[in-house]
Amino acid sequence: MTLIAQPLSMHFAKPLLLQSGKTIRAYSLSYETYGKLNAEKSNAVLVCHALNASHHVAGVYANESGAIEDKSTGWWDNMIGPGKTLDTNHFFVIGVNNLGSCFGSTGPMHINPDSEKEYGPDFPVVTVEDWVNSQALLLDQLGISQLAAVIGGSLGGMQALSWTLQYPNRVRHALIIASAPNLTAENIAFNEVARRAIVTDPEFHAGRFYDHGVVPKRGLRIARMIGHITYLSDDVMNAKFGRQLKNALGLGDDKKTLRAEYQYTTQEVEFQIESYLRYQGDKFAEYFDANTYLLITRALDYFDPARKFAGDLKQALSHAVAKFLLVSFTTDWRFAPNRSREIVKALLDNHRDVSYAEIDAPHGHDAFLLDDTRYLGIVHSYFDKILLENKNLETGNE
Amino acid sequence: MSDLATMQAIAQLVPIGSRVLDLGCGDGALLAYLQENRKCMGYGIEIDDTNVHACVKRGVNVIQLNLDEGLALFDDASFDVVLQIDTLQHLRNAEVMLRETVRVGRLGVVAFPNFAHWPNRLSVMQGRMPVTKRLPYQWYDTPNIRVGTHADLNILALKNGLKVLDSFGIQDKRIVRTFPNMLAGTSVFLLSR
Repeated sequence: MTLIAQPLSMHFAKPLLLQSGKTIRAYSLSYETYGKLNAEKSNAVLVCHALNASHHVAGVYANESGAIEDKSTGWWDNMIGPGKTLDTNHFFVIGVNNLGSCFGSTGPMHINPDSEKEYGPDFPVVTVEDWVNSQALLLDQLGISQLAAVIGGSLGGMQALSWTLQYPNRVRHALIIASAPNLTAENIAFNEVARRAIVTDPEFHAGRFYDHGVVPKRGLRIARMIGHITYLSDDVMNAKFGRQLKNALGLGDDKKTLRAEYQYTTQEVEFQIESYLRYQGDKFAEYFDANTYLLITRALDYFDPARKFAGDLKQALSHAVAKFLLVSFTTDWRFAPNRSREIVKALLDNHRDVSYAEIDAPHGHDAFLLDDTRYLGIVHSYFDKILLENKNLETGNE
Repeated sequence: MSDLATMQAIAQLVPIGSRVLDLGCGDGALLAYLQENRKCMGYGIEIDDTNVHACVKRGVNVIQLNLDEGLALFDDASFDVVLQIDTLQHLRNAEVMLRETVRVGRLGVVAFPNFAHWPNRLSVMQGRMPVTKRLPYQWYDTPNIRVGTHADLNILALKNGLKVLDSFGIQDKRIVRTFPNMLAGTSVFLLSR
């Protein structure tokens, strides 16, 4: 059965006070829901997205005549849908586009009511905590007082973790995948290189590029290329591209590749990996907003729930009452397993219910978006337990 | 080892309401039993993907970890009881892990196959490594990288300054207190610092 997704939008007229002290006067959040909210409103699952994803989590879009649009599949469609790992036949799943993003929710390319021009670089810095607050307001409007679960990977996992700290009584389970309690210096460094690539692009115009009718594509491309490298593992890159030459493509086996001539060029594409990265960069620069990229990488940098507690993660997590499942991937070096273990340790020290799976997958950080039967199997079984727990809750209420 | 009688024999060493860490918890059957019958709260440690999945299915907390990397994740005396049921014989750092068991837990419960059980002795006397219900592997494909006896563990515990609060054997689903080193296929120790 094909799941047809319906993008929705909700407007909030009441200003949102941000962590920075600034406010957003009025804003809209784009979201999608899949499945049915049950009578007890106990089966809601919030899906939080990472850097370049959106509220379009699952299913496909159809045009007015009902035909399915090409390449419109949700970013976590392999995980979420009818009969899938997170089964929308049982759960009411909600995807929300984060504030400051470029996929529908109020962001830098929208009109600032104060200046009546695009926000651009004036869009206030938003944090993971701000996103969680705005998601909570959306849930209020949907009549959901408590989530059965919140789930997210990478930056989405940070939001899931933050949910359990900001609204401990509104979330029963948190599934935190390929995430971290904060970014390491190396990780911030990667973000900074990406940001510098964008900001130093002559077409960035200090974030006012909309006024000039241009897009800082060069910067966006480089930002994406760097990001992409860090989302893959050395092994998987070698397996996929190795030292393959672009002009040897189609020649077949390795021996023929080795016989292909070098072009002795410094600026043209020589190796297949270059071609791949350039393609990914080009594609990304077509649809992603440069100001959004700056905002979202900053939200990643700032996230650090232990900061308020002098770096003591145990103390920070002592407020959580949810049950946790954490998953990491052995070859993920951007959000390495030891970062997930830090969260696990803090939860253990607080005597919280937590399970942790460390999946031996070759795909690096990207693994959280891919099909791996061990990974999806564990998540599936975890949701089965939530379902069982829900049934017990209901019978307990009778 | 997850038969009911063995689980009961081990469970009676675990005080009611204990916070339990089960090292090498397998499919989580013992932890589930302790949660249900002894009101325990706990976590299992497991390396095997299939077992980790089985624990999640049962609703038992499980942490996927290689025990040969040690127990750095756990603070001193952070558990009432640390279980090591049929785990010690798989570990490279068996002696370190024995000490870790009573560092992390106020009590340690260790159970393992007793190589001095008489049918094993008989087999070795006949010049062959034993293949029994309790030790079902051929010498060349056994996952047990260590073989030890009830008497050996007693000596190792004392060498490491651990107190042996109780020890007995299990054979044919019964507790064996007379000559366990000879008469029991499984050896059980209750240890503390």
